[in-house]
Amino acid sequence: MSLTLHDVQRVAMLARIEVTDTESEQILEQLHGIFKLIEQMQSVDTAAIEPMAHAQDAVGRLRLDTVTETDQHELFQSVAPAAEQELYLVPRVIE
Amino acid sequence: MSWEIVIGLETHAQLSTRSKIFSGAATAFGAPPNTQACAVDIALPGVLPVLNVEAVDKAIRFGIAVGATINRRSIFARKNYFYPDLPKGYQISQYEIPVVSGGGVAFRVGNTEKTVRLVRAHLEEDAGKSLHEDFHGMSGIDLNRAGTPLLEIVSEPDMRSAEEAVAYARTLHALVRWIEICDGNMQEGSFRCDANVSVRPEGSDQLGTRREIKNLNSFRFLQHAIDYEANWQIEQLEEGKCIEQATVLFDPDKAQTRLMRTKEEAHDYRYFPDPDLLPLEIDEDWIERIRAQMPELPAARQSRYQSDLALSQHDAASLVAGREVADYFDAVLSAVGADDTKATAKLIVNWISGELAAALNRAELELSESPVTAAALAGLISRIMDNTLSSKLAKEVFDGLWKGEGSADEIIEKRGLTQISDSNAIEKLVEEVLAANPQQATDYRGGKQKAFNALVGQVMKASKGKANPAQVNEILRRKLDSC
Repeated sequence: MSLTLHDVQRVAMLARIEVTDTESEQILEQLHGIFKLIEQMQSVDTAAIEPMAHAQDAVGRLRLDTVTETDQHELFQSVAPAAEQELYLVPRVIE
Repeated sequence: MSWEIVIGLETHAQLSTRSKIFSGAATAFGAPPNTQACAVDIALPGVLPVLNVEAVDKAIRFGIAVGATINRRSIFARKNYFYPDLPKGYQISQYEIPVVSGGGVAFRVGNTEKTVRLVRAHLEEDAGKSLHEDFHGMSGIDLNRAGTPLLEIVSEPDMRSAEEAVAYARTLHALVRWIEICDGNMQEGSFRCDANVSVRPEGSDQLGTRREIKNLNSFRFLQHAIDYEANWQIEQLEEGKCIEQATVLFDPDKAQTRLMRTKEEAHDYRYFPDPDLLPLEIDEDWIERIRAQMPELPAARQSRYQSDLALSQHDAASLVAGREVADYFDAVLSAVGADDTKATAKLIVNWISGELAAALNRAELELSESPVTAAALAGLISRIMDNTLSSKLAKEVFDGLWKGEGSADEIIEKRGLTQISDSNAIEKLVEEVLAANPQQATDYRGGKQKAFNALVGQVMKASKGKANPAQVNEILRRKLDSC
């Protein structure tokens, strides 16, 4: 698979990571290396193998439907960059 | 050219659990901001999600109700996007293997039976809320809703008009409330739809390019949004333009849709299995345990009403439109305990959809808040069935029941409302009226039907409305015709 600089920039945008043009070139090269590795792995025949959903061969634990948490918003908001009227404040969202 | 509209719906039903899907914070609606958002919900470092068993129970209930496959093993995935009301930077959802696959929802539109196939229903968490009021140029975030359990129900594109889409959504809404997995409160956002709408030339088997209308939280908006969107798409195509895949928002004030983002700007969610959560396994025992707790479903109840109680399709459907109504009806019917259940059933339906519905409507009350209990209405119905009450007197008794004046029998006693069915007493009244109105008797014999009705009215008046009207008619006619 051939990756382009444009792909790198798009992925960086989706992940909200700022990269310079020089960095993009470096990342492109690194990603090419990773993709080579993936290509190698993909050459293994996995047709009869069920995809693994988790590294551990175990089943999820469940909890009962009870309210166990108390209100700690003051504590949490004491470390928030900005809070007012019990709300967390963030740069204005426009949609 | 004539066009066919193709609609598929994605519905978010908020599951009515006490605590969140992956944390022990409360889900109660209307709490002060952020007082129900714990460390897991606001994504503090080092926390881990643990799945709420009740959310799974409710998803299984839904799967059984729509005849779907409950997957023995399903997987939670991360859906990645950035938005301030999504603290983790991803939403925990299900992607490749949802908890429920397939199934269908059947309903009627006019006189046509219709079944919409379901693709899937999966568990996921809700996001928080952004308040766009200006806080010194910033937005406020309330994370109380973050982590609330949702069941996203995805239909096949099987609907062909806004009416069908609304009928499907209404049926689904009634069903989730019936099986008690969602409170269905649309104002509070507990039940909301996204509509995928496309159009294509009539007879084509290719799907047109769709646009998705987001977050419709009333049936009226659903109807208007689809109507507007389909007309807009048809206009575009008839002008020779193309439809571009996009997400749009419905503006209820202008009753039109507006562009939110195109495919080019679409989110690329980069789903992958969530390493924080192990696969969800559901065994046969679990499913059977839930199956054993299922209430009789609306469709089964309706056909039982039609076959056992000989109710019309219309009457039976009106009863199963909501679980409360059907249960109320059953309670009245069993409390009356009459021999002729068919006649009683029809009478009860008439009272529920007539006097009771009108009174509730006037008082803006739900059936669950009705001052007339099922037992109280049953008392009234019994007195109509045994001819103690005419329909006119019954309405007076109902008024007494509504005002809390006691049971039907107490009201009959207190207001002196017993119907006069003693034929001797009625004969006496008829004779008095005939003696006082010789002219009308002569008119009737001369062929004036109107005169007869006037005489019936006189007798009823003389009895203060208590005489059995059928008997009055019969006795009066016999007297007039015999001399």
